[in-house]
Amino acid sequence: MKNQLCIYSSTLIDENTSCNLRELSDLCSRNTELILEMIDEGIIIPAGASPGQWRFGLKEIHRAHTALRLIRDLRVNMAGAALALDLLEELEEMRRKV
Amino acid sequence: MKFKDYYQTFGVSRDAPQDEIKRVYRKLARKFHPDVNKDPDAELKFKELSEAYEVLKDPEKRAAYDKFGSNWQQGQDFHPPPDWDAGFEFSGADFSGAEQADFSDFFSQLFGSRQFNRSGRTAFFRSKGEDNHAKIIISLEEAWHGAGKTFILTRPDVNERGELVNRKHTINVNIPKGVSEGQKIRLQGQGMAGRGGGGNGDLYLEISFEKHPLFTTDKRDIHLTLPVTPWEAALGATVEAPTLGGKVKLNIPPGSQSDGKLRLKGRGLCTSGHSGDQIVTLKIVIPAAKTKKEKEIYRKMAEIMPLNPRQAMEGR
Repeated sequence: MKNQLCIYSSTLIDENTSCNLRELSDLCSRNTELILEMIDEGIIIPAGASPGQWRFGLKEIHRAHTALRLIRDLRVNMAGAALALDLLEELEEMRRKV
Repeated sequence: MKFKDYYQTFGVSRDAPQDEIKRVYRKLARKFHPDVNKDPDAELKFKELSEAYEVLKDPEKRAAYDKFGSNWQQGQDFHPPPDWDAGFEFSGADFSGAEQADFSDFFSQLFGSRQFNRSGRTAFFRSKGEDNHAKIIISLEEAWHGAGKTFILTRPDVNERGELVNRKHTINVNIPKGVSEGQKIRLQGQGMAGRGGGGNGDLYLEISFEKHPLFTTDKRDIHLTLPVTPWEAALGATVEAPTLGGKVKLNIPPGSQSDGKLRLKGRGLCTSGHSGDQIVTLKIVIPAAKTKKEKEIYRKMAEIMPLNPRQAMEGR
């Protein structure tokens, strides 16, 4: 069964992307409380002084998405996802250097 | 349709207790989760594990599956007998959401029916559909130039009889010029269907590059190792070097060493707002001294320009 699906519009999320708290929660399909929890845990670090000025870039979006998948699939909690993300990042950095 | 031996997937015996199955699943899921394991086969393996666990964790589904006994072998051609599930009571335990993505036809045929997939509660809630994530692999040339590209993605769907089926979707996506690895293309509303009038989720395509015979990338920069001769490195030379945009003439400065780096500005992955460079790393290739005359030249070099490359190591 093949369905042809034509995409007429898409958004590229690259290093130009910068979204606010509400937009990030929309990009993650989760409520802002969960995003705030991720910030508390250090999974994502907003740029900007106050919540009203917070901006999130590609790296934060990527980390938030990965954290949500780890939490869903591996039943880890926020702290566990944060630890896994940091270790994965370190591993990737080391692989790049080798 | 091929028979799937879910016990074999976990490497446990058919009479393994529930807690052993849970333990083995969790261990293997951590190992093969595609965010954790970068092996290209990890994603497939993770899906197989999720599918096997979906059946074995649920005593009702497991009992129905066990009815086939050990007569069937992994990969054997399989057609379920009519009414194979007769005589089982089902409480309609819910599926665990997006985890059922990409389950096999074998799974859909046996457990995709309404009976196994009843879920009266959730329909009352209005909720946005799950986001789907897929990795798409493109060539470096496509990233450099930008390209219109067609991908075939599989997504689970519910057919008119309320059964779970995998549908293949062909999607055409414009890859913008200068995309780099890890960037995402968001296709709004192309994720899983919402419930109770909630909007569809989104589909995220994460850009990944296929291995290139010459180039590697680091963010927007393209790396190339360029072999040169000792005399090109020592005396300087103009040589041709490949870039993604075609060949360029490259000036090798006199006195270059192996691992010396030259930067070709703006020859990396560029968009209107960002530019990357091509970094060329020199690799000096030494000709083998086979003939008497060739050996003589090396001896002469040693005589005329003596060199101690291990000076820094002396006394250690």
